[in-house]
Amino acid sequence: MATTEPSAAPRPPDAGAAPLLEVDDLHVEFRTRDGVAKAVNGVSYTLSEGETLAVLGESGSGKSVTAQAIMGILDTPPGYVTGGAVRFRGQDLLQLPEEERRAYRGRSVAMIFQDALSSLNPVFPVGWQIAEMFRVHEGLSKKDARARTVDLMDQVRIPAARERVNDYPHQFSGGMRQRIMIAMSIALDPDVLIADEPTTALDVTVQAQIMNLLADLQRERNMGMILITHDLGVVADVADTIEVMYSGRIMEQASVHDIYGAPAHPYTEGLLRSIPRVDLKGQELSAIKGLPPNLSRIPEGCEFRPRCPYAQQICHDTRPPLLEIAPGRFSACHFAQEVLEGDFDNAEQ
Amino acid sequence: MTSTTPSSDAVLDVQNLVKHFPLTTGIVFKRHVGSVQAVDGVSFELRKGETLGVVGESGCGKSTLAKLLMRLEEPTSGRVMYNGENIYDLRGKALREMRRKIQIVFQDPYSSLNPRMTVGDIVGEPYEIHPEAAPKGQRRAKVQELLDIVGLNPEHINRYPHQFSGGQRQRIGIARGLALRPDVIICDEPVSALDVSVQAQVVNLLESLQDEFGLSYIFIAHDLSVVRHISDRVAVMYLGRVAEIGSDAQIYEKPTHPYTQALLSAVPVPDPSVRGQRQQILLSGDVPSPASPPSGCRFRTRCWKATDLCAEQTPELVVRPGSDHESACHYADVREDVVVHH
Repeated sequence: MATTEPSAAPRPPDAGAAPLLEVDDLHVEFRTRDGVAKAVNGVSYTLSEGETLAVLGESGSGKSVTAQAIMGILDTPPGYVTGGAVRFRGQDLLQLPEEERRAYRGRSVAMIFQDALSSLNPVFPVGWQIAEMFRVHEGLSKKDARARTVDLMDQVRIPAARERVNDYPHQFSGGMRQRIMIAMSIALDPDVLIADEPTTALDVTVQAQIMNLLADLQRERNMGMILITHDLGVVADVADTIEVMYSGRIMEQASVHDIYGAPAHPYTEGLLRSIPRVDLKGQELSAIKGLPPNLSRIPEGCEFRPRCPYAQQICHDTRPPLLEIAPGRFSACHFAQEVLEGDFDNAEQ
Repeated sequence: MTSTTPSSDAVLDVQNLVKHFPLTTGIVFKRHVGSVQAVDGVSFELRKGETLGVVGESGCGKSTLAKLLMRLEEPTSGRVMYNGENIYDLRGKALREMRRKIQIVFQDPYSSLNPRMTVGDIVGEPYEIHPEAAPKGQRRAKVQELLDIVGLNPEHINRYPHQFSGGQRQRIGIARGLALRPDVIICDEPVSALDVSVQAQVVNLLESLQDEFGLSYIFIAHDLSVVRHISDRVAVMYLGRVAEIGSDAQIYEKPTHPYTQALLSAVPVPDPSVRGQRQQILLSGDVPSPASPPSGCRFRTRCWKATDLCAEQTPELVVRPGSDHESACHYADVREDVVVHH
């Protein structure tokens, strides 16, 4: 667990080399009437400038909760950060009082949500909502804020921005609404952009437009991007590094080419195998059996054990830590080497 | 429009189906000011034991099509022939019989199951409406058998939907669809609400049920890779019309309609090694409103091949020269570079 750093002297000696964003052993739990659900259990990752880090996982894996904790928008109660640190250029955001933390939100770390329609206020014109970023954070006059807004809407490629600035959210299509959300998130030129399932609600041709826009904006501004998704296709297209989350923990961490080339965790392997493939048409899809665990009753030992085809006694007795198994590759599996080298498959045949 | 002669093994023969929803203005004196052309001249046939995939984006009319095939909506014109009879002409006993034989599985396993009913009541409800399908004394046993068939524990018959996960709920919906031993099941986005690892389980279940009971599926989805996996033939819809129809290999490997090509090229490929190698066609703009669709070809406003001809003449869905399947494009042309085989 990270030690508390006094906010007066937040910078470690090598402050210049401090990573853009560092999540260190983060723990989040939800205290509900039915018990404590441990949503995030020791997640650590690092993001650099210009990097795209994909957090891959299914519902309930803790991927969105991690993002909310980074942004400091966790619903408290019932959600509580119970340990760990979120360092932005060395400064632990979790230690800051709310007042100071607000300065980081939007300006240093910004976020795009999945459902653009419910994230926008239906009773205000979109231009007003985007301009609010400038009025509130930069104290611009209404007129200046409006000019910046039209400019921003152009940048996210909303056609006829000048005419549409007074339109309401319901007058835009799903893809255009997501562009408005993107405009709001990049308004203050953040260093880190967290995109939480930005295209899940969109059609595939619109998804392609939005992902292209995000990639261009990221390149122009050299932002670090955390892309939260369950879509293995989108991840393969844009990510540099992947964190595979399951049951609130990182199961595997590696570069995108390593993971898709040869996964080193049975869960990643199962996910990749469950994608329908052309050459396997007519055969059964290889599904991961069973269900993700209930977060208030996470099994002993390895969380994935009840669904794992390779589980042994040791998986029941000891929870495997996330260990480096090859340069730059991490896996939380007792048999990571065997999975990586496909030894289990050979044994089965 | 041409109606194809149904082959003998066609279960459903859809002929030039049209559904326009009227748009009115005024409260007391309603005036027609136009119509939303949700489905506008769709023809295809569904053969026995096959799966016809229907793909298309939101607003293309695929869900209206599902409702029409269930006769939950009456069409503006057109016919759906089932067992040699138009389902929209059926009445009384014959209509009840048809309703038994065509069933549906919905997208959202959360809102399509009544939270106050037990699983036994949900799966057994079709027997209340069609008591001839199962005598009262045998219903419970039948429901338990159905639960077993879809891979649920028959002992959970008294549980409520909230006690099940999303994938299990979708199994409950499938069990309900199977209760009356239908010929055709319309699957309206059956796996899109599910997680990847659970999706595969449900797709496998649907495939094994098809083999076991000789079902024909209409599989409506927007996930092109799942559709390819499960379908024998695929219809691509755009703004209420079929743009292209053919076998899965014809559509996915040799698409001829520009919309199909754009759609396929937009699908992210789960293989980072092909990044940057594939040809991506980025469509500009949005789908036009079905209340005022473009004249002629409906895709022409977003098409890079469009000419005056496309605005003047509606392209028929016919087999085009140089290709072996039907495509509704004046300039249909096989293009293989949009699909990456992995």
